[in-house]
Amino acid sequence: MSEIIRVENIERNFLVGGETVRALRGVSFTINEGEFVTIMGQSGSGKSTLLNILGCLDTPSAGEYYLDGNDVKKMNRDARAILRNRKIGFVFQNYNLLSKTTALENVELPLMYNSAYSKKDREEKSRQALIRVGLESRINHKSNQMSGGQQQRVAIARALVNAPVMILADEATGNLDTRTSFEILTLFQELHKNGSTIVFVTHNPEISQYCSRNIVLKDGKVIEDTYNSNIKDAATVLASLPKED
Amino acid sequence: MNIKNLITVALRSMNNNKMRCFLTMLGIIIGVSSVIIMMAVGHGSKIGIKQQISEMGSNMVMIHPGNMKRGGVQQSSSSMQSLKMEDYTSLKENCRYITAISPTVSSSGQLVFGNNNHPSSITGCNEDYLDIRQYKIGSGSMFSESDIQTAAKVCVVGKTVASELFTNGEEPIGQTIRFGTIPFTIVGVLKSKGYNSMGQDQDDVVIAPYTTVQKRILAINYLQSIVASAVSEELTEKAVEEMRIILRENHKITTDDEDLDDFSIRSQEELTSMMTSVTDMLTILLSCVAGISLIVGGIGIMNIMYVSVTERIKEIGLRMSVGAKSRDILSQFLVEAVIMSVAGGLIGVLFGVIVSTLLALITSWTIVISPSSIAISFGVCCVIGIFFGWYPAKKAANLDPIEAIRYE
Repeated sequence: MSEIIRVENIERNFLVGGETVRALRGVSFTINEGEFVTIMGQSGSGKSTLLNILGCLDTPSAGEYYLDGNDVKKMNRDARAILRNRKIGFVFQNYNLLSKTTALENVELPLMYNSAYSKKDREEKSRQALIRVGLESRINHKSNQMSGGQQQRVAIARALVNAPVMILADEATGNLDTRTSFEILTLFQELHKNGSTIVFVTHNPEISQYCSRNIVLKDGKVIEDTYNSNIKDAATVLASLPKED
Repeated sequence: MNIKNLITVALRSMNNNKMRCFLTMLGIIIGVSSVIIMMAVGHGSKIGIKQQISEMGSNMVMIHPGNMKRGGVQQSSSSMQSLKMEDYTSLKENCRYITAISPTVSSSGQLVFGNNNHPSSITGCNEDYLDIRQYKIGSGSMFSESDIQTAAKVCVVGKTVASELFTNGEEPIGQTIRFGTIPFTIVGVLKSKGYNSMGQDQDDVVIAPYTTVQKRILAINYLQSIVASAVSEELTEKAVEEMRIILRENHKITTDDEDLDDFSIRSQEELTSMMTSVTDMLTILLSCVAGISLIVGGIGIMNIMYVSVTERIKEIGLRMSVGAKSRDILSQFLVEAVIMSVAGGLIGVLFGVIVSTLLALITSWTIVISPSSIAISFGVCCVIGIFFGWYPAKKAANLDPIEAIRYE
């Protein structure tokens, strides 16, 4: 199992109104390929800051961060953009799809910024990703013609399409009702079974039962890092939920 | 990102926001089409004014005898007898810059027909006179060369003369009127020209062969003046110079001093300069209007692009998080600005041409669409669109992806 993420003692300080706010105060862990990790914490615990750093949107003030062997701290803005494009798939709480755009075009987006893909490749990959998330019947539907769950599936397909080393989900079920949340969780578990590395940032402790590992942050420090040997099956829960009328 | 993807991205994003695109382009469309319409109307009226002024005879050249001193007394030019028939014939033969030339002699007196009479003057001239003074025959015909040779007692009258003399609605052609004691047969009536800018009635004229007026009325053998028309407006000055040289040679004048010539040559300089100032003013006015519309169009692009950046912060954040570099965002917004200005420009050109053509059809204005106005307005609108599109694009490219993606 190769190492996907290695963070060593990272710190992140912000200057707010002349005062230094220490959002992260020395966080270290490694995540290996094939893990399904939740990063949990209350608001203010520093999980959003950590997410930004893990997602290469931000760089740590101190400490080291290696993503798939790349030293992110030494990279400039453009190099990090390329790294995000090749190595990371983002899934956001509010889906962040392009409005009035078809599912296919939304999924194609990351590949538009990679000139290695021809138009044909791009379409083929995107189609496959949409099929993987169970949306083959919605390929040419526009984002505003789809339900929240379907939109989140499109977002997950978009995160998968560039074959990233890691999927980074930020409160991916936060906007969905219970049933749809479990549908999405089931999808994540399927991806996990097929070998994807997933980092799921959330404040909902329930989610951790469905993951292989749970990292808890408090006041910018890791206070808990446990492996879960008894992973609950989201599909079973989904089946037990009453059907919607 | 390669250029093909860039254009695809820009086109998709525009396709999803047709209304916004249309509003952005509207400024440009209005700017470009108003420039084209303004220029077409302006250019047309310029040509129209030019035509009207030259109808007044702006290329006319007049030669009068003059500036003769006898024993220190300046003589009245009308009493001079320095212009001869030989001057007329040599000018006619040797001048390259004139298209028509006519000797003139005139006399004033009372016109009589039956019980009616009308004070007027009779002008003796040849057939070229009509072209020089921009007169046209309305009915009947002009007198002929043989009438001139035989000093025939025939004349052509203006509308005013005809209506003053023939109060009972008689057909003027073929009638015989008296000028003083001499009977003239009317062979033609001139088309009405109305009043000129000085308020003179241009229809109150009687023209007859110059030989008739010279021999039968005035009993003189010299000419009172010679009128000619130059080939064109611009060549009037050259024609004047040429005539001066020929006349000096004829009159054996050796000095170069114009004051010592026994004739004077005048052209319609006043009209020419008026025309130039009017057209120049029109040109300046139109350029100002055109410039302002284009700048307003450009500011429209900047405005909407700027608002569009704010409206699309989340989209920009998303694009950045899936791997768009600052350069990619900048290029996307610039390409959108370019596409919108070019498309807006093209639609504007089309719209401008259609409206100008319609204007020409429903009004009686002279409208001339000049290709240069199309080229200039289209070119300027593209440059302005890109120029004003750059600032919002730069703003978008410099957004922080973290803030952008969480922007609500």
